[in-house]
Amino acid sequence: MDILISNSSDKPIYLQIVNQIKRHISSGNLIEGEPLPSIRNLAKELEISVITTKRAYDELENDGFINTIPGKGSYVASINTELLQENKKSIVEGKICEAILLAKSIGLSLKDLIKIMSILYEE
Amino acid sequence: MTSILEIKDVSKQYNDFSLKKINITLEKGYVMGFIGPNGAGKSTTIKLIMNLIKKDSGKINIFGFDNEKNEIKVKERIGFVYDENNFYEELTIQEMKNIVKRFYKQWNEDLFLFYLKEFSLPINKQIKDLSKGMKMKFSLAIALSHHAELLIMDEPTSGLDPLVRKELIDILRSIMEDENKAVFFSTHITSDLEKIADYITIIDNGEIILSRPKDSLLEEYCIIKGSKDILTPSIRTSLIGIEDNKYGFKALYNKKTGNLKSLVNSLIFEKTTIEDILLFTTKRGENYVSSY
Repeated sequence: MDILISNSSDKPIYLQIVNQIKRHISSGNLIEGEPLPSIRNLAKELEISVITTKRAYDELENDGFINTIPGKGSYVASINTELLQENKKSIVEGKICEAILLAKSIGLSLKDLIKIMSILYEE
Repeated sequence: MTSILEIKDVSKQYNDFSLKKINITLEKGYVMGFIGPNGAGKSTTIKLIMNLIKKDSGKINIFGFDNEKNEIKVKERIGFVYDENNFYEELTIQEMKNIVKRFYKQWNEDLFLFYLKEFSLPINKQIKDLSKGMKMKFSLAIALSHHAELLIMDEPTSGLDPLVRKELIDILRSIMEDENKAVFFSTHITSDLEKIADYITIIDNGEIILSRPKDSLLEEYCIIKGSKDILTPSIRTSLIGIEDNKYGFKALYNKKTGNLKSLVNSLIFEKTTIEDILLFTTKRGENYVSSY
């Protein structure tokens, strides 16, 4: 499992971890019941503070992606497909937002943008 | 849960300097970086924790015990790494270790030999012939060999080259894999803290300016730049340590408590660093505005 942290990103480090682990789960790279590295080991490997990885795991747990058993560790939760679909949809939305921003910055109209999308989608 | 280190309303008065009712709490499992300008009270605080000087008032609990009444019991479980060399210069590492180990009930000779190897320390070399980095690593080897649960370090990285500093940070990281340990260290090199600290405590002029999780500091605060025209008195109050020049101003800003949302388009917001936060919150002079 790869987790790559960018220190120059606007996104807080904990969020980068959350998003990447979610992606690993959505893509099936991490499967249900699979153990995750311990909070402390992950902090050591990524060279970040413990509190940051702890926050990332708390967030993942709140979002239902992992389960943490005190004293044992964290495991990939059984994800309902709806949640997975929802998560993937939000990734798609994010990418489209980026494309829209870029389109606006060069004055591309919505119509043109949709046209490009339709062509690409059919490919 | 009891904190591993708890400093409560501690004061110490000197002729020309005083520590004013400071409060610091550190839970086990975490690293706290202790920063502030020279003469702010960092070393005084550390000496008080180590009971090397007597406090005037307040309370210091370590592992839940009073650090004066239970001095020996508490110190057995502390590893102390000091900026200046506190060993006998004429002795070799081997000889010095033989003196020190008698103070600790929990001394582990195998572990010491392991760390000597790990840190590449020559056992028969006199301490005066060790480099600064080696002396620091020797102190650390001693601390780790008596299973210290709390490491207290007074500027352990000062005067060390980036490679040795990275080595130290890596060692601290492996120590912190054990959730029962904690590290409290003062430093001037704030970039080291960005890498390892969970909590940041800033002291200035004998007072604690802030003591908070590093991540939330870096998320809440930012550097803000803009035209001097917008610096009305009410805007000034939400800026910290305003610095101006001919062409504009620069200041630290707390996104959470500040009220500049309406001006977002005419200002530049930049990510901040621990160093910026230290510099702006401890700035001297008329522009000094504390948010605490």
